[in-house]
Amino acid sequence: MRHAFAILLLTTIATPALANKVYVSNEKGNDVTVIDGDTLEVLGSYPVGNRPRGITISPDGKELYVCASDDNLVRVFDPETMQELHTLPSGPDPELFVLHPSGNPLYIANEDDNLVTVVDTKTHKVLAEIPVGVEPEGMGVSPDGRVVINTSETTNMAHFIDTESFEITANVLVDSRPRFAQFSDDGSRLFVSSEIGGTVSVIDPATQEITKKITFEIPGVLPEAIQPVGVRVTADGKKIFVALGPANRVAVVDGDSLEVTDYILVGQRVWQLGFTPDQKHLYTTNGNSNDVTVIDVATNTAVKSIPVGQQPWGVVVAPN
Amino acid sequence: MRLPNCLTALALLAVVPMSALAQAPAPQAAPQLVRAAVLRVDTPELPPISRLELPPEDIGFAGARLAIDDNDTTGRFMGQDFEAVEVAATPDTAASELDRLLGEGIRFVVLLADDATTVALADQAGDRALVFNAAARGDALRGEQCRANVIHTAPSHAMLADGLAQFLMWKRWPRWFLVHGSHPEDLALAEAYRRAATKFGAQIVEEREFTDTGGARSTDSGHVQVQAQLPVFTQRAPDYDIMITADEHGVFAGYMPYHTWDARLVAGSAGLVPRSWHPALEAWGATQFQNRFERLANRPMREEDYQSWLALRMVGEAATQTKSADPVQLRDFMLSPDFQVAGFKGQKLTLRDWDHQLRQPILLTTGLLTASVSPQDEYLHQTSPLDTLGIDRPETACTF
Repeated sequence: MRHAFAILLLTTIATPALANKVYVSNEKGNDVTVIDGDTLEVLGSYPVGNRPRGITISPDGKELYVCASDDNLVRVFDPETMQELHTLPSGPDPELFVLHPSGNPLYIANEDDNLVTVVDTKTHKVLAEIPVGVEPEGMGVSPDGRVVINTSETTNMAHFIDTESFEITANVLVDSRPRFAQFSDDGSRLFVSSEIGGTVSVIDPATQEITKKITFEIPGVLPEAIQPVGVRVTADGKKIFVALGPANRVAVVDGDSLEVTDYILVGQRVWQLGFTPDQKHLYTTNGNSNDVTVIDVATNTAVKSIPVGQQPWGVVVAPN
Repeated sequence: MRLPNCLTALALLAVVPMSALAQAPAPQAAPQLVRAAVLRVDTPELPPISRLELPPEDIGFAGARLAIDDNDTTGRFMGQDFEAVEVAATPDTAASELDRLLGEGIRFVVLLADDATTVALADQAGDRALVFNAAARGDALRGEQCRANVIHTAPSHAMLADGLAQFLMWKRWPRWFLVHGSHPEDLALAEAYRRAATKFGAQIVEEREFTDTGGARSTDSGHVQVQAQLPVFTQRAPDYDIMITADEHGVFAGYMPYHTWDARLVAGSAGLVPRSWHPALEAWGATQFQNRFERLANRPMREEDYQSWLALRMVGEAATQTKSADPVQLRDFMLSPDFQVAGFKGQKLTLRDWDHQLRQPILLTTGLLTASVSPQDEYLHQTSPLDTLGIDRPETACTF
C-alpha cells in the first residue's frame, strides 16, 4: 500500500501540474470527474455540492468554479487538490455562468429567478443583479470583455448586457429555448443555439441582427430529436462545433459557408462542449450515457468515450 | 400585471443597485395590453377516492398565473403587459359570467369545463372570443362538435388512449381487459381505447361495465367492501395481459390495482396513467418549470394548471412573435402554420389545422414517476410523430 502511494506521488511530480486536466460536472452525481487529458484516464471524482451544472476555470488555472444549483451558490475549488477554497454568492439556482476574459467578474444566470447575477471573484461581493427574461441560461462574453450575452429559454431572447453599466443594450428574438451563447474569438460573430427551435442563430454583434440561421438534418434521425445546445468555435473561426442533444451527434459547421460539413456520433444527449487549450481535442458531455466523448478536432472523429459520473452536464479543460 | 408581481418588483428594488434597475428597457410608450380570462365551471362532485387528490381551490388558475408571470417577464422587453381575470362559476352562472367577460372586451377565454358546457360556451362566445379548452377531453369536441373558435390545449381521449396503447404494444402486452364506468364520459373514453386497440393491433379480450351505484368509499369499512367485491367483479376473465380502466369520475379505477382476481397490472384511469403533465417530470427543463410553479402555488402542478398555462403561453408567444396585442392578429398567427410554442416536453408544440388540437407528447405516469413518454420512437408518421396520437387529418369528422 505504502509502496503504491509512493509511486503515485512520483507520477504526480513527474507530470507538470494541471497539464490538460479535464473537469466534468455530474448533475445527478453531485460530483466532478477529473480526467487526465494526456492519457484520457479518469483520475478521480470529487464531491462539489448539490446539482452541479455550469463549470469554468480561471484564466490562471488556480480556481475552478462550479454552479451548485440546488445549494444556490457557486463553489470554488483548488483544481489540483479539488478541495473547496470558498463559495461565491450566486443568487438562486445558478445554472450557467461565464467569466470575464480577465478572470473577474463572474456573470451567472439564475434560472429560477429571471436574473443575471454579477459577482466579484476577488471580493466575493455581488456587484449587480440584472433582470432578464424567463429562465436565463446561456452566458457568453465578447473577447474584449465589453458585452455579456444572456439567453432566456422561455422568453426566447439573447440579451446584450453592457459590462460597464450592467444595462441591457439590446434584445434579439431567436428561436425556441435558446440554451447557449458563444462569440467567435475575433468577436465578429455571436452564435446562439435554440434547443426546441432546432437552429443556431448567427448574430452580428455590431448590429445585433441575425445574419443566418444554421439548420441541421440527419438521415434517420427525427427532426424533433435535433436539439442544439453547446457551441464552440475554433480560434481561427474555421470550424463551429454544435452539440445536438438527443440526436447524439456533434455537428461540424464550416466557418466560411456556415453550412454543416459533418456529424460526429457521440454519446447520448450531448449538451456541453470544451476544447483543450491547444484545441486538438474537444470534450462532449453525454448526459444519458454517463460518459464524455473525446473528439479529434482536426479529423472530426470521435477518439474515445470515457465513463464519468451520473448525468454529466458541463466540462472545462484547465489552461496550460 | 398581477398584484403579486408588484411585490416581486418591490423585493427587487431592495437588492438591485440603481444602475442595474435603470436598464429595465421600459419603452417610452404605454405598454400594449393583452387581456384574457380564465373561466372555470365547477360542477358538484364527490370527493376523490384518495384525499391526496382533493382539488385545490386554485386549480387551473395557478397555471394561468404562472403563464401571466412568464408573459410579463418577456413583455418587459417587448413593451407588452398581460393580464388574466379569474372567474370560478357554476353551471348556472357560467353563461352570464362569460357575457360579462365578453362585455369587458376580453377576447381570449381559457375554459375549464366539461364537454357539454365547453361547446355551449364556445357557441355563446362565437366570433367575439377565441376559446381555449384547457380541460375537456372528449373526442366529439374535436370531431363532429368542433368549433372554429376553440383551441384545445387539453389532450383528447384518443391522444391519451393512443399514447398508452403504443407503450403497451412496445411491451408486447396486446391482450386487454377493458373495464369502463357507466357515465357518458366513461363510455366515450372506452370507445377511444377500442379505437386505439384497432389502430395499434391490440385485442380487447373482455369488456365489463362498472356501474356507479354510489357505493363504498374507503372511509370506515369501505375498504372491506372493496377487497371483497373487486375480485369477484374481475374473476373469470379470459387470459389477459393488462387491465385498462376507463373511469373519468374516479369511481372505481383507483381501487383496482391489487384487487383484480388475476395477478395483473392496471392501466388507464389508474396504475399506468396517460396524462398531459406530471409533477415529477424532470426532463427537458421541466425541473425549473415545476420549481417556478411550486414557489407560486405552494403545491405540485396538476394537468389543469399545465393546460391553462399552455393556453396563455400560446397567447404570450403570439404577442412576442407578432409584436402585437391585436386579438385578431394574435389569433391568426396562432392558427397559422408558423406558430409553435415550447411546453417542457422536449419538442415544439404546434396546432392541428383540421381540429385545432395542440399536438403534444403524452406522459405515461405511475404514482410518483413518469414511466415513459409517447409517441414511442417506433411509431413513425409522414408529417409529425405526434400525429400518431389522436385523430389524424384523414380521419377527422371536424369541419369548420
